[in-house]
Amino acid sequence: MYKALADAIRDAEARGTTLSSVALTAESEDQGRTIEDIREVLGRALAVMRQAVDQGMVGDLHSSSGLVGGDAAKLRTGPDGPLANTLFRDVLARALAVQEVNAAMGVIVAAPTAGGAGVLPAVLTGLAAARGLPDAALVDALAAAGLIGAVIAERASLSGAEGGCQAETGAGAGMAAGAATEMLGGTPTQAGHAIALTMQGMLGLVCDPLGGLVELPCVFRNATGAAIALAGIEMALAGITFAIPVDEVIDTMGEIGRSMDVRYRETAGGGLAATPTGRRLAKERLVQIKRG
Amino acid sequence: MVSLLDIIGPVMVGPSSSHTAGACRLGLLARCLVGGTPETARIELHGSFARTGEGHGTDKAIVGGLMGFRPDDERLRTALGIAEREGLDYRFEKTTLDDAAHPNTTRMTISRADREAVMVGSSLGAGRILVTEIDGYPVEVTGSFHTIVLVAEDVRGSVARIATLLAEHELNIATLRLTRKQRGGDAFMVIELDEAPGEGVRDQIRNLPWVRWAFRLDKVGA
Repeated sequence: MYKALADAIRDAEARGTTLSSVALTAESEDQGRTIEDIREVLGRALAVMRQAVDQGMVGDLHSSSGLVGGDAAKLRTGPDGPLANTLFRDVLARALAVQEVNAAMGVIVAAPTAGGAGVLPAVLTGLAAARGLPDAALVDALAAAGLIGAVIAERASLSGAEGGCQAETGAGAGMAAGAATEMLGGTPTQAGHAIALTMQGMLGLVCDPLGGLVELPCVFRNATGAAIALAGIEMALAGITFAIPVDEVIDTMGEIGRSMDVRYRETAGGGLAATPTGRRLAKERLVQIKRG
Repeated sequence: MVSLLDIIGPVMVGPSSSHTAGACRLGLLARCLVGGTPETARIELHGSFARTGEGHGTDKAIVGGLMGFRPDDERLRTALGIAEREGLDYRFEKTTLDDAAHPNTTRMTISRADREAVMVGSSLGAGRILVTEIDGYPVEVTGSFHTIVLVAEDVRGSVARIATLLAEHELNIATLRLTRKQRGGDAFMVIELDEAPGEGVRDQIRNLPWVRWAFRLDKVGA
């Protein structure tokens, strides 16, 4: 697999093809599997993503702590805001839906992780629904997303315990932005800018879950992560470029993660988890879970 | 090397790849050491497993794994109730293992019929696991391969005999590790294989006069 997105973008541009295509070729060579076989596995992942979105939209799920649940449904049926009837609002709802399913011990695809699993399906299935794109386009997009995630794993991290939330929802947003830009007709170069424009907006984001549970703020971080990804996609497709190359943005994410205080790396020792209310809620809810 | 399919996956029951999916895999490996679903299980949780395990369903995931449920099996959510109905007598305890132990570590003492096993294992993140101790022997088992574990008397040529036996069954050895508690004492062998060994291979290994016991561990990795 590629270790730099610059190399993947260069290969894709030189061959007149896409990041999805060079990703599938590289994976096929690395793992000794046919492209057809890889696409089939990605197709199964897509089916699980769709199922999680549908399941979470109904609004009858709650986590064992009761801290999160039912909010995706509010975006679907609740009062209008400035984003009423837009793709944007639908994508936010989808991101909440997947994370609510995750918090309720439902089945999700950990892409890149369970805690950051809402962004990618929200952006991809939301865009596909709005534009009527076929499943084959979504499977291609998942391949591109996998390539982007692999480069982030190689150069930085995909773990909140190592790099904070920027490494989970931030990485998910970068993966979604690059993959969706290409899915909407952007060039590989534009996809690279979309990733950089998205990830620059998520640098430094800490991982501070109440009680260490993948619930609060994780569920909402997936929605806001999806929003930043949509902003990155929009800017890149409009022809906006980001001056710092995408690999250097990813390296920066890794560097910030490594120097981040341990309180901000999934230990529930800092950030929102350490607020008076955060501590109180975590204590109450953990007692409630034990009573079962 | 990072695989694209490792990033888009695994498909799993939430909420945490380390506290849920990894915990389930540890249970799946442990059950292999007693040849099936245990009748009793004392499960000690250390570090973050002890502190936030209940909120992450770590208890359900481990018990589900002990019953053979995989990380994407929705029955994990109700695994504790299923265990009670199926006669798996489980007990959770919080513990503090030594300082070097990974934050997400569990020690399981399980029994089935006349076999008892003790396994220490950790969930390293992203669903990856590492078993570090079996019945007091230090080991390194990742669950990413089909694995055979065995305890043998420390006789000359034992490794060669087993390697030959595996080769006869056209099984390719990925890694082989041998550990002993003391010179001339029993040897613990961990053999990771590229292909799944059949029961016949296991039985042939068990029938070697100097082998005390041998088990096949399933491949439980992504």
